[in-house]
Amino acid sequence: MQRAKTIKKKHSREGLGDRVFNAVAITIVLILTVIVILPLMNVVAASFSSSDAVNAGKVLLLPIEFTLDNYRTVLKYNSVWIGYRNTIFYTAAGTVISVLLSLFCAYPLATKRFSGRKFFNKLFLLTMIFNGGMIPTYIVVRDLKLLNSVWSVLLPTAISFYNVIIMRNYIETTIPDELEESARVDGCSPARYFVSFVVPLAKPIIAVIAMYYAVAQWNDYFNAFLYLTNKNLYPLQLFLREILISSKFSASDLDPDAIKAIQGLADTLKYVIIVVSTLPLMCIYPFVQKYFVKGVMIGSVKG
Amino acid sequence: MRFGKKLKTTLKRDWQLYLFMLLPLAYFIIFKFVPMGGLQLAFRNYTPKGGLWNSPWVGLKNILKFLESYQFERVVKNTFILSVYGLVLSTIIPIGFALIYNTIEKPRFKKITQTIVTLPHFISVVVLVGIMMQLFNNRIGIYGIMYEKFFGEFPADIFGNPKAFRHLYVWSSVWQNFGWNAIIYIATLSGVDAGLHEAAQLDGASRLQRVWHIDLPYLTPTIIIMTIMGIGNIMSVGFEKAFLMQNNLNLEYSELISTYVYSVGLSGTYKSDFSYATAIDLFNAVLNLVLIFTANKIASRVSDTSLW
Repeated sequence: MQRAKTIKKKHSREGLGDRVFNAVAITIVLILTVIVILPLMNVVAASFSSSDAVNAGKVLLLPIEFTLDNYRTVLKYNSVWIGYRNTIFYTAAGTVISVLLSLFCAYPLATKRFSGRKFFNKLFLLTMIFNGGMIPTYIVVRDLKLLNSVWSVLLPTAISFYNVIIMRNYIETTIPDELEESARVDGCSPARYFVSFVVPLAKPIIAVIAMYYAVAQWNDYFNAFLYLTNKNLYPLQLFLREILISSKFSASDLDPDAIKAIQGLADTLKYVIIVVSTLPLMCIYPFVQKYFVKGVMIGSVKG
Repeated sequence: MRFGKKLKTTLKRDWQLYLFMLLPLAYFIIFKFVPMGGLQLAFRNYTPKGGLWNSPWVGLKNILKFLESYQFERVVKNTFILSVYGLVLSTIIPIGFALIYNTIEKPRFKKITQTIVTLPHFISVVVLVGIMMQLFNNRIGIYGIMYEKFFGEFPADIFGNPKAFRHLYVWSSVWQNFGWNAIIYIATLSGVDAGLHEAAQLDGASRLQRVWHIDLPYLTPTIIIMTIMGIGNIMSVGFEKAFLMQNNLNLEYSELISTYVYSVGLSGTYKSDFSYATAIDLFNAVLNLVLIFTANKIASRVSDTSLW
């Protein structure tokens, strides 16, 4: 009640200049929001339009000659399904591996009495400002005989030290040292303490980091592009690259009906593929937005 | 002697902590430090038999070859301009957005707009470039359609225009990430002491003056940290997006250090030359390191804020 009053008082104090300022601020934010959303609307609209309308350049923000045929054709496209299957696997497996390794790394680094703490921190920090580059990394992966295996997608970028820092900061600031001390006095081993205290208490940050890793893995094409030649292992993004950028629809992947339909239809299908590949993340995001934002804030504490 | 004893008790008490460290350490060694050591391939002449560690030494031959090649100036310049252009815009625009956004007092409006502007951050590079190619298609994209409406003819293919590459690259990144990059500034701004604003208001400061004299100075340390980190990445500007946007027509502007490493070392366009490509990798990594140290030094001189 009182707060409402002060707010009202504030408003009455505002001069004309400030009111103009507020209006301008809202307009600017609104314009930027519209700029972000228009291209997305155009893509969605085109994906539901007939290929004639798309090729004639008629589609702007609403579907013209609404149709679901484009979606039917794309769903018959095998590469998309193989890609989806592989990406779901890479995302699930990669996220589990990355989160576990990052936790294993963050927990000792957050333990004050761990004697190698400073050394390991510095050592790993080095990986953030200096790296071995594309070719040496490629040779290492090749020499380990990982080329053309799922491990080449999952392992080379498994840990991002940036994410470890976020976890470490969270553990350091939210779990009091006294808890660790008293647990140790009561005969609780570090492993036991990790399982019964650190993991349960760090759940919120584990969720955040898991989402970071999942999004990165879902969207990545670099590892797969460098290390895979076997198409059966391709993640969705690599197939998307072929379709969207190199404009390659391979006829062998389609049944005969679809081949006929695909002539002169390629551009419309691209819109559909953009929608189909991006929609899952876009739909989930608004519900988990606050966790992502939280992660950014914890991460901003100096490494 | 005492040290040995201390080590023993520490190990006895904390061996499990070291055990936790084992897998992450193995990861960093295998996939980060071994490749770092592998950079010495720059001074060898790679042979399949000798591999990373036993190929014959050739000294500075590969480095000199890069420094003398006509590609050197081109790729370093392209990389540098593209990243500085990107760094400036991707710092200024999110800060401006955060400052303006922060003055608005409508929670619902703020929540909805923020969700929308952060959304594109989650689009993959492949899809982003795909979207760009559709939108800027000179016949069926919005760009082509609007151009035709205004000028009565279809525009030239913008992706074939080498000069357009940088603008497309940077502005599409701005479009994709300004909302996301603003999050950290918006979060920081929520820590501004409300009392300061009230006092300034009583003294008759306008909204604009308060943004300029209260909000902006409050953001400065965050801006400096973000900028140093950005400078540290100047020469490592992504392979991923530039490579996707590359075509034979725009190479003059779109060939970057990272894409050049790929085309020399792995693409098969040239005869694969691992040593030469590694020399370029090494050049790039060292340059990066120098840049980040310099930026950090300057920042700590002028402002007390630094990375370490």
